[in-house]
Formats: sequence, structure tokens, C-alpha cells
Amino acid sequence: MTLLEPQRGAIPHPQPSPLSKPFWAGLSRGELLFQRCADCGGGTHTPSLVCAHCGSARLGWEPSSGRGLVYSWTVVWRPQTPAFTVPYVPIIVELEEGWQMLSNLIGCEHDAVRVGLAVEFEPHALSDTITLPYFRPAG
Amino acid sequence: MKDHPFHDVAIVGVYNTRQARVLEGHSGGTIGLEAALGAVADAGLTPRDIDGVIGTGGASDFVYQHRIGPVWRSMSGAGIPSVLEAAAAISTGFATTILIAAGSAGMYTQREATAPWTRPAHEFVVGFGMFTAAEFALIARRHMEVYGTTTAALAEVAATIRNNGHVNPEAVYQGKGPFTPQDILNSRMIADPFHLLDCAMTSEGGCALVLTRADIARDLPKPPVFVLGGSTDHYGPAYQNPPSFDLPGRNDPDLVNGWVGRAAARRAFSMGGLSPTDVDVCEFYDPFSFEIIRQFEAFGFCGEGEGGDFVLGGTIGAGGRYPITTDGGLMSFSHAGAQAQMLQRPIRAVQQLRGECQSRQVEGAEVAMCSGGGAGALFTDVMLLGKERP
Repeated sequence: MTLLEPQRGAIPHPQPSPLSKPFWAGLSRGELLFQRCADCGGGTHTPSLVCAHCGSARLGWEPSSGRGLVYSWTVVWRPQTPAFTVPYVPIIVELEEGWQMLSNLIGCEHDAVRVGLAVEFEPHALSDTITLPYFRPAG
Repeated sequence: MKDHPFHDVAIVGVYNTRQARVLEGHSGGTIGLEAALGAVADAGLTPRDIDGVIGTGGASDFVYQHRIGPVWRSMSGAGIPSVLEAAAAISTGFATTILIAAGSAGMYTQREATAPWTRPAHEFVVGFGMFTAAEFALIARRHMEVYGTTTAALAEVAATIRNNGHVNPEAVYQGKGPFTPQDILNSRMIADPFHLLDCAMTSEGGCALVLTRADIARDLPKPPVFVLGGSTDHYGPAYQNPPSFDLPGRNDPDLVNGWVGRAAARRAFSMGGLSPTDVDVCEFYDPFSFEIIRQFEAFGFCGEGEGGDFVLGGTIGAGGRYPITTDGGLMSFSHAGAQAQMLQRPIRAVQQLRGECQSRQVEGAEVAMCSGGGAGALFTDVMLLGKERP
């Protein structure tokens, strides 16, 4: 029995863009941020200049509940590079606020993943400036 | 159809260089140039007949080395978009005879990692170990969940295409089979639900294609092939955002990313006055086995969720109603970088319509459909080619 864990090797680090800096800064504080539309209320990710639902430019950052459901998943056995330990489990999470993000599942065995699994956000620091948003089964 | 936009256009030359896991002594430029020379010769033309090119590498080198500038040039990505753009450029008079060439060699040197073009380093995917197999697996898994599509159906696709390559003397993996669906399921897992043999391989090679005016084509040695219809669908940059089956598009639930290529197929069929039942051979793009099932559904050959049953039962194999990817595709024929592979579906479609395939020739094929891309990459291109002038 091997629990999925955050990657510990020298994996490639994300390079924040001008648009995504607040997202990565939030993660460094332990918060999962998304963009909420002041006009329609919809959630947008990945970071954008306009609302994914109505096109409004009135977007503001706010913390997500971090709770969601697994929308789709895969278990990877052939790593992208040897820096990644297998198996790892890429998932698309549908967050409570109605937006989706890509992540990896941790905190359970790889064969526990399924569509509809309730998951919650868990940050893990890669460096002083980059923290990755993982998800684990909701407790 | 005098009013067809490509009435005056014909494909007259196609060529694949030798394809191999590694082509010693070649770069993308040299193998692309070799392909360009081959396609011009296949067309019965000389370099000085070329007054337009699409692409970097081989086609651009071809212009300089033969000192045939100035020529019309576009940077359209190789594959179906480049063929459609060339056809449009000939129709509008930008150029008369256009060469499209692509090649790749010497790129994939770190074999302990997946191929470099499969793992773009974007901030929202790079930390999660994503590469193309995982991206397309997220699409496939969602479809399996919603519609009950089985790994047996995926394996049927992979075995069919790999067996096409097994009997193709020009395929990188010729003679490596035959494969049963169980062989596919027995191969090691890469990214669930994809086993090793559900996935494209990697190789090196070049290919090229030449189009000219239909009146010129009449006097050339090979039978002309015509562009009956085509279009491209695109939902944004590949491999940066979550590859969601339900990524919405244009407020039409019928056109989520999971059905990317559907709008393009509708436009293509409409342009040609055709429907799926008119198609004799399906030269579909096969980065992963599931993608073929999805394309049959997206393009309207069967209903949503019916693709799994559709591919089982002999429909897609040799002698079937809709033979797929008859040279062995990306799984067995060749998968050379990010450009050449995209042009090899149209090239095979032309060879089928000419009746010159060395293996898996579909007798009497009149209409071929080819595709490129896939839902995991947020784009799909489609094109219908035929023997009869539109």
C-alpha cells in the first residue's frame, strides 16, 4: 500500500506570467485563488483578462473553498521525465465555484481515483516562490 | 461544380522520405529538402515550376538552394491547414504551383524523457508531469465515464492501425506484428487508459506535397486529386489549460471541445456536397487509440457515445466499410516531430485515391477523409479529397 505523495524530485518549476502572479502568490500563502466575475459571478481559470462565461473584464481574485470533484483522471506510469516518481495521478478538478483546474491527486492509493471523487486542495511548496496546488480525498 | 472554391486546384505530387526511428546524418532541414525534391519529381515538375511554398525547413531551403525566389510563402502549420491554404492561394492567384514540405530528425535525443514536442513547459501543466498521452487520457477517461466506452474498443483501434503498419513496407514498424486487441491490452500502461501500444511512437522522416492549377494538372503524369472540402477547428492553445471534454464553445452544447472537429467536418461536407456515407477511406490522425473513436462521433459517422461499438466488428479494418489510417499512422508508419506527421494523412489519402498504395489499398476509393489534431490538443482539422473534379 503506497499513498500518492507530492513530487519530491527536481521537477520543472512553473514560470509565473504577469497575468498569473496573483495565483502563484496566493499559493505561497496557502490560498487557492481564482478569478470571480463582478458581473455574472462566474469563476475563471486559468488566469484571464476576461470572464470565461460572459466576457466581462471586471474580474477580481478571491479564495476558493478548495473543495471540488474529480472530473477526469489518468494514472501515469511512464513519467514525463525521470524527475517524476510514478505512479502519479493527473486530475481535472471541478471546483465548487464552477471552474476547472489541472492538478495531481495525493493522499490515497492510485487506484482509489474515480470520476466524482470529492477532493480538497492541499498546497505543497516547491521553492520559496512556487507552491503547487495538489488535491487529496476530502476528509 | 464550377462555383466550388477549389474547382481549379489539384494535388499533383506527394512524397515520403524513408521513415525510421533515427535517420543518421540528417537534420529536419535536410530530410525536409529531400522530401521536397521527391514531391516535385512525383508531380512531374521541375523546381522552377514552384512559385509558392508553405513551411520553414525543407520548403524554405528548397527556394534558396534552387534560387527560385521570389515565391509566395506562408507559415501555416503543416498538414491540413497548409493544404487548404495552398488551395486557397492558388484559387486567388497568389501562386500557381505550391510546395509544402516538412521534416524532423535529430530532435529526440533524451530518450529517458518523453519526446520534446510532447511536453511543452507551460506554468499550469509543467508541475504535474503532463505530456500528450496524459492530456489525451483525460479526454478519453471522461468519454469512458459518460458513455461506457471500453478499453476493448480502444484496443481494437490500436490493433487495426498497427496491423496496417505491419504490412506496409514503408512503415517504421513494418513486420512488427500482427497484433490482437489483447496484445494492446497486455502492453505496459503509460497513462491510463492508454497502454504503450495505444500511443503514437516517435520517429524521424520528411514528407512533402505539391498543388497546382487543375488545367496544368491535366498534362502531368499522375492522376490529379482534388480538394472537395475542408476546415479547421481550434479552441485555444494546446497543453496549457485543463484538457476538458466539456470546455464550452460559442454557447452551443453541441460544440464543446470533446466534439472538436465537428463544425469543421460539417463545413467540409457542406463544401463538397457530401456526407459521411460518401467516404471510402478514413485517413484519421491517430495520436492515441481513443482519438479515432472520438473522431467518428465528432464527424457524424455515428452518434455521440456510439464510437466504441462503431469501431468493433470489422468496420475499420482492411475490407471494412470505413478503413482507417491505412499506412499504420503515428502508431506504426511514422511520427516525425510536430509538423511532418500532420501532412502524412493527406499524403496517404492522395495515394489511396491514386490507387498506388503498396499495402491496404482500398479498391476503387473515390473519396478520402483525413484529419489532424485531437481533443487533447484543443484542435482538429479535417479535409475531404476526391478523384472527381469538384
